[in-house]
Formats: sequence, structure tokens, C-alpha cells
Amino acid sequence: MSDWQPSALQVERLAYRRRRTIRSGLIAGISTVLLVALAVAGIGSTPGWPRVRETFFDLDRGWEALPTVAQGLWLNIRVMLVCAVLIVILGMTLAIMRTLRGPVFFPLRMFAAAYTDVFRGLPLLLVIFLLGFGVPALQLRGLPNEAVIWGGAALVLTYSSYVAEVFRAGIESVHPSQRAAARSLGLSHRQTLRFVVLPQAVRRVMPPLLNDFVSLQKDSGLIAVLGVIDAIRAAQLETAEDFNFTPYVVAGLLFVALTIPLTRLTDWVARRQGWYGGGGGPV
Amino acid sequence: MSLLSIRGVRKTFGANVVLDGFDLDVEQGECVVLIGASGSGKSTLLRCVNLLETVDDGVIELDGTDITDPRADADRIRSGIGIVFQSYNLFPHLTVLDNVTLAPIRVHGVRRDVARAQALEMLDRVGLVEKAGAKPDELSGGQQQRAAIARALVNSPKLMLLDEVTSALDPELVGEVLDLLRELKADGITMLICTHEMSFAREVADKVCFLHHGRPLEVGPPGQVLADPKEPRTREFLSRIIKSGRL
Ligand SMILES: Nc1ncnc2c1ncn2[C@@H]1O[C@H](COP(=O)(O)OP(=O)(O)O)[C@@H](O)[C@H]1O
Ligand SMILES: [Mg+2]
Repeated sequence: MSDWQPSALQVERLAYRRRRTIRSGLIAGISTVLLVALAVAGIGSTPGWPRVRETFFDLDRGWEALPTVAQGLWLNIRVMLVCAVLIVILGMTLAIMRTLRGPVFFPLRMFAAAYTDVFRGLPLLLVIFLLGFGVPALQLRGLPNEAVIWGGAALVLTYSSYVAEVFRAGIESVHPSQRAAARSLGLSHRQTLRFVVLPQAVRRVMPPLLNDFVSLQKDSGLIAVLGVIDAIRAAQLETAEDFNFTPYVVAGLLFVALTIPLTRLTDWVARRQGWYGGGGGPV
Repeated sequence: MSLLSIRGVRKTFGANVVLDGFDLDVEQGECVVLIGASGSGKSTLLRCVNLLETVDDGVIELDGTDITDPRADADRIRSGIGIVFQSYNLFPHLTVLDNVTLAPIRVHGVRRDVARAQALEMLDRVGLVEKAGAKPDELSGGQQQRAAIARALVNSPKLMLLDEVTSALDPELVGEVLDLLRELKADGITMLICTHEMSFAREVADKVCFLHHGRPLEVGPPGQVLADPKEPRTREFLSRIIKSGRL
């Protein structure tokens, strides 16, 4: 709107900042290259290195294993996506159950509390074993037998107890004055939860929630113990052929590549919330 | 019959007796100002009237209905009473417009477009139409408080409760909010107000009530209670206020 032109002083400042940015970039680049070169030279000169490189970092072997491992990873991704949806639903339900007031809801509150206690305490691997080998052994009719379903169920049961606690912390972090304001307008308990408390709670717990999903992405690899051909199991089968462990490294790299976007998203959401703020002081 | 009739209300927090047999009447169209030391129970009284707190004894009648009866529909009663808090308590995730339309749409079942039009009219009245799409934290304190008043007013409450609505504001923003309250008074809206703005109280109040030890120690027209108090406690309180330069 206005015809403001940066003053000579401001132009000079901007030029200085630009010069400084370029210099920092150069320094960062040079020091990184130096460090990497040192590390490579250091490791490369150890006596065991040629053998390690052959068994773990065989490029040809890795390239060969990539399609099978990637196919396995596709199963991990599907398991992860389906589980994430179910975990959010179950976790939210448990969290809401724990915030219900009144004697009628006592059994629900108790159930939710017991559930989170049990499944946060049980090691995930144990739950996977119990469900994956235990339930099919019961030979109940009408229940699916596929290992992947039971492995997924174990992930959902365990992770929903974590996510429930994350949601509950979020619900409790909304200041009571927000509830008072909503109730004072005539909103019922339910409406207050739905339109005022939950939207703020969910926004606030986004970073820890996404963090749990980063962790879920990796842990989806644990269902390999049930014999499901996911990325890890695929890599294992590949290694069994010639005792070259490069396929494991390939699987690892793929998992890391998978989690990086989600990790960055988490950082971005957390940073954006910095100025989003809390809202609602004391009454 | 009074619009609001408070009879023998008692409220305790543990061993702390905040209201101890409190009586007060507010007539239709009247503006009653509550004064008293910090911690004397002014906010608690307003929260009891709005059923945000449950009384430990006594009766509060609104329009002849006992609203302290546990069988009463608390949500419906609350929706007929507007309350504005010291700290605004706007919903930070909603725009100003959505803050104002939330109750009409969800509680009163007003159609979305009608609620929107009403809300814009109300925001125009408090001088905030241009800010309708803004989030609360993009507004100044005075603007937030005016939005909170609009949010309460849009439900056409029978009674407005205002709890120190200017005490969180910078001095130069107090005026815009007080001007708005003067207009509400001129429109004949029944109000029960807590404030430390004594000159404002003297100007708008029909009745001033001084709270002390959980009771209305002195009740009367502002000219008497504020200028010529009978009770030594009232005099003491007012002289403290004068010393702090608020009268
Ligand atoms: N939720 C609460 N729990 C316990 N004590 C409370 C609560 N709300 C208010 N009180 C106490 O009640 C007394 C009156 O508080 P309040 O009504 O806020 O006073 P005022 O608004 O006149 O400053 C104070 O002693 C305060 O500590
Ligand atoms: Mg108060």
C-alpha cells in the first residue's frame, strides 16, 4: 500500500544477512564432507571392514533383494494404515470413557482404566504371540485364522492404550474455564465435549500422537514373528539363501525412508502449534 | 415479583464458607452491581446463579421458577442466562463468528444461515463485524471481551451476569467495554455485575450490594451505598478503593 522503500541502512543489513547465510552454508558443507571422509577412511581401514562390507553392504545383493523386501513393506504400510484408523477410534473411545462422570458410568471408567493399565504394561511382542499363536490354536469357528489379522489386532490393542492416554491428557489440558463457558451457553456435557473440548484437545496432542504413529510404523515389523511376509520376514527369507545380510540393511533403509516424512510432519505440526497457543485463562 | 430472587443461599468450599445465607432481588430491567473485597464471593454468587456451582442450601428463583431444584433442566436454564467472564473464555479454535453462532445452532436449533445473520448483526452492534472471521487470539483484549458479550447476548438471555469484565483489560481498552454495557443498560437488559469500576457503578447501577463475610452487608441505591455508606465495613472498603485511585 504505502510507498515504503527500504532505507540504505536496511539494504546494507539485508546484504550482510545474505552474506552470513552463504558463509554458514559453506562452513556446514565443508565440515560435513570432512567428517564423512574421516569416518569412511577410519572404518574402511579396519581389518574386518572388507568382510563386513561384503556381508552387509553388498550393492548387487541389495539391489536384487529390493523388489521382494519392498513388496513386504507394502504389507507393513497397509497394516499400519488400517491399524492407525482403528487405534484412533478405540483410543478416543477409551479416553472419553475415562472422562465420563456419574455413578452410572463407573463400570465403563473401570474398564477403560484397567484396559490401559494392562495393555501399556504388556510387552507388544507378548501380545503378538498370545493373539497370533494362542487364538488360532483355540480353533474357534467364525474367527479368521490369518496371522496378519491377529498381528494387527495385537498392534491395535497395545497402541490404543497409549493413544487413549495421549487423548486423555489432551482432554484434561483444556482449561476448566472453557467448559464453564460452554456450559454457560447451555451446551450439554456431550455438546461441550464434542464442540469445545475435543477439537482443542486433539489439536494439542497432535505432535505426541504422530510420534506414536512413527513408532507404530516400525513396530508393524514385529508381526514378522508370526510368519507374515512383511519387509523384515522377506529380508529374512532372502538372507537365508546365501547368508548375506544386505537385505536386512535394505529393509532398515526402507523403514527409515518411510518414517522420515511422518517425523517431519510431526515437527512441522509442533512448530505451527507454538503460536497457536492454549487459550482460556483462569476464570 | 422479581426476575431473580436469591434466598438464603449458602455455598462452601470445604471449610471455607463463601456464601452464608445470601439474599438478593433483581427486578426486571434492573442493573445491580456487586462490590466487595477480592475473595468475598462475588464470582461464586454469579456462578451459582448460572448453575456452574451447586448451592449447599437456599433457593434461587428465576422468573418464579426454582432453578436450584435438582430436577430442573440445568442446560435449558443456563441457555436463558448470559454470563461474561473476566478472562473472556472465547473458544480459541473457533472464529469470532463461530463462537457467537455455536449456542444458537447447537442449543437453540436456529438454522445456520439465520444464526449467521443474527450473529453478524450482534457483532455489528458490538463493533466487531470486520473481525467476524478472525480467531480470538488475533483480537485485542477489549475486542475479545466485546466478542464474549456478543456471544452471550445473541441468545437473548433474560439476565446477563458480568464478572469483572474489564479487570483483565489495559486501561485504555476499559472504556470501549463500559460503553457497550451502558448501551445494554439503556436497552433495558437486566444485569447483575461485579466490578471494581466504582464510577461506572455509580453511573449505571440501580442498586449496589456490598458483600462481606458471605452476606449482602449493605444494599441500596448507588448514591447512598457508594457516597454515604452506613456500615463501617463498607466505608473501609471504599476508602481502600479510593486510595488505589479507582473512584
Ligand atoms: N472452585 C473453587 N474451589 C475452592 N475454593 C474456591 C473455588 N472457587 C472459589 N473459591 C474460594 O471462594 C472464595 C470466593 O471466591 P470468589 O467468588 O472468586 O471471590 P471474588 O470473585 O469476590 O473475588 C475464595 O476464598 C476462593 O478461594
Ligand atoms: Mg471474582
